[in-house]
Amino acid sequence: MKRKWNRRGLLGSIGAAVTGLLALPVGRAAKAAVQKVLVSTSAPRGYDPTKHKWQMAIDVNRCIGCGHCVEACKKENHVPEGPYYRTWIERYVIAKPETGTGKARGKTWVDSPSGGMRGFPELPIPEEDVLHTFFVPKLCNLCEHSACVQVCPVGATFDAPDGAVLIDPNYCIGCGFCIQACPYGCRFMNPLTKTAEKCTLCYHRITRGLKPACVEVCPTQTRVFGDLRNPTPDDPLEEFYRRNKVQVLKPHLGTEPRVLYAGIDKEVS
Amino acid sequence: MNLEATNLVFEVMPRFEGYAYPNEATPHPLWTVLIVLYPYITGLVAGAFIMASLVRVFNVRALEPVYRLSLLTAFAFLICAPLPLLLHLGQPQRCFQVMITPHLTSPMAIFGFVYAWYLMAVLLLELWFDYRKDFVHWARQTPGWRGLLYRVLTLGVDDVSPRAVRLDERLGHALSVIGIPSAFLLHGYVGFIFGSVKANPWWGNVLMPIIFIMSAMVSGIALCVLVYMVLQWARRLEIDIRCLDTMAMFLFYALVLDAGIEGLDWIHRVYSAEEGFQIMQSMTQEKLFYTLNVGQALLGTAVPLAVLGVLQLARRRIPDIWRKRVCFFSALLIMLGVLAMRWNVVIGGQMFSKSLRGIMSYKMEFAGLEGWFMSGVLFCLPFVLLIMLIKLFLPKEPVLSGQTLPLREPAESCATI
Repeated sequence: MKRKWNRRGLLGSIGAAVTGLLALPVGRAAKAAVQKVLVSTSAPRGYDPTKHKWQMAIDVNRCIGCGHCVEACKKENHVPEGPYYRTWIERYVIAKPETGTGKARGKTWVDSPSGGMRGFPELPIPEEDVLHTFFVPKLCNLCEHSACVQVCPVGATFDAPDGAVLIDPNYCIGCGFCIQACPYGCRFMNPLTKTAEKCTLCYHRITRGLKPACVEVCPTQTRVFGDLRNPTPDDPLEEFYRRNKVQVLKPHLGTEPRVLYAGIDKEVS
Repeated sequence: MNLEATNLVFEVMPRFEGYAYPNEATPHPLWTVLIVLYPYITGLVAGAFIMASLVRVFNVRALEPVYRLSLLTAFAFLICAPLPLLLHLGQPQRCFQVMITPHLTSPMAIFGFVYAWYLMAVLLLELWFDYRKDFVHWARQTPGWRGLLYRVLTLGVDDVSPRAVRLDERLGHALSVIGIPSAFLLHGYVGFIFGSVKANPWWGNVLMPIIFIMSAMVSGIALCVLVYMVLQWARRLEIDIRCLDTMAMFLFYALVLDAGIEGLDWIHRVYSAEEGFQIMQSMTQEKLFYTLNVGQALLGTAVPLAVLGVLQLARRRIPDIWRKRVCFFSALLIMLGVLAMRWNVVIGGQMFSKSLRGIMSYKMEFAGLEGWFMSGVLFCLPFVLLIMLIKLFLPKEPVLSGQTLPLREPAESCATI
């Protein structure tokens, strides 16, 4: 049925729209206030997450696979021993194709022994057979549309306004749904706290003006970190974007990761 | 178990072939056999309820002997359904947060509401309306604590006038009608929990909720067949062959639908051969060969389908005793097949790395919270509960739905005395 417009109806609709628009910031402020009271993060008092937008970028061409970042992360965040990592390094070894097979590239080997923390063993194939080899540091991808946040049944994991995806360990029920939903294998169940855990960009550090531990110790500046809302005069992120073409991991899943990579190959997943 | 401690006694073989993300290289998959049991048990609840609804809503009179048994089966299993979930939580004492602060974009957050709705608003109420007049009757006839229990269960409503009984029936019927979509919701959402995980190509599938609902119906009806036959055998009562034939017929049709939809899912997977297809292919040929091809497809689907199909075509030519045997073993095979299906979904989905470059293995322990023993106990628990319920609420004399027991109005009783 075609809707008939009259003055009263039109004014009513406009009024409702204006009220809605006015209510939006009020609602947001109320939500932020409630979050401030209920959500526990490691940020210091007075830190305003709405005034920052943290970003991480990885220049794969620079990584030498030394594993310092993994070790620093484990120590800084008290990550338990064993197969639990907030960040890790993968080594990709792509062989030359065998002649006559009609293929452009050979077999791919991927490994990350102890998350790359203690370096890597010898190459699985003779050096002359290697077409290409490189290291890929991995961490939480800080997705815009995080599958982990979407599936958490109690809202213990959430998108902070400053771009970090955080977990409230005092609220997590340890169901593991977020770990299953993360396409990048970035989350794990902490065997001591029995709650989900992941990279927080060293939230306790960045909210105090420090860099994440992995960025701090990286000897080759593979990991580039910055605040998009407060760029510095020689901002490393700006320099990174100017010099590189960037990609994200598993773009087809629509999670829109905010960790950007330069120099990764098609084999990286 | 601490890997370092284990390695002192024997060398733990790597759980992976190929590459897995380091966080995936844990000694066990994150969701183990407890999470296999959870959808299995909720499926049995939904299926048993649908079975009861066939009598109430669709007026299938031949199934009346199993109406109350199906309802009690659904109830016994529903009570036990959240146990595996609770035991699996890292912080079970925080479970009520799912109800207090549900995160509404999560399919898991719906659990508390769907469960509470189904238990409180559908099943308990339907049972109460169906049983109320019998409670009143039993409360008057039975001495001791049982009489007291029946009296308490009447909730003080002891009006058994034809008008009140008719109202009970009408409300019970309405609840049955509401119960069917609720049963679908209860199990469909379990399917959606898996189907919504786009990170996992084994799970992320739009057909998953429908597959779960269909397999739930099949397994629930099969459970009712088994429980009915065992109960009649235990009570030395004759099996109502018309009822059994009707159950076998519904079991067959439900199985045809289930097999059709699961077949369609596989045809789609093979034909589209999307991301992860190669790793799935190698899983079906290696790690899941026995549970998927033999357990689920051959023994759990193809054999019962063929046998029950023959039973439908040549029912009159097969003697009663053989029909009973065929029904019993088909139902048993179907129950095992659906359990294998749950295993294949839950464990299968975690047997490959999300990097799609590695396959893992999983060997269940005997002891421990997530071992054979505990899962066996958890699966036996609803049966124990069901035996108690049958003892209390399903007397040996057949009680047909809608049929009033030889019950006298209080005034009449006085007159007779």
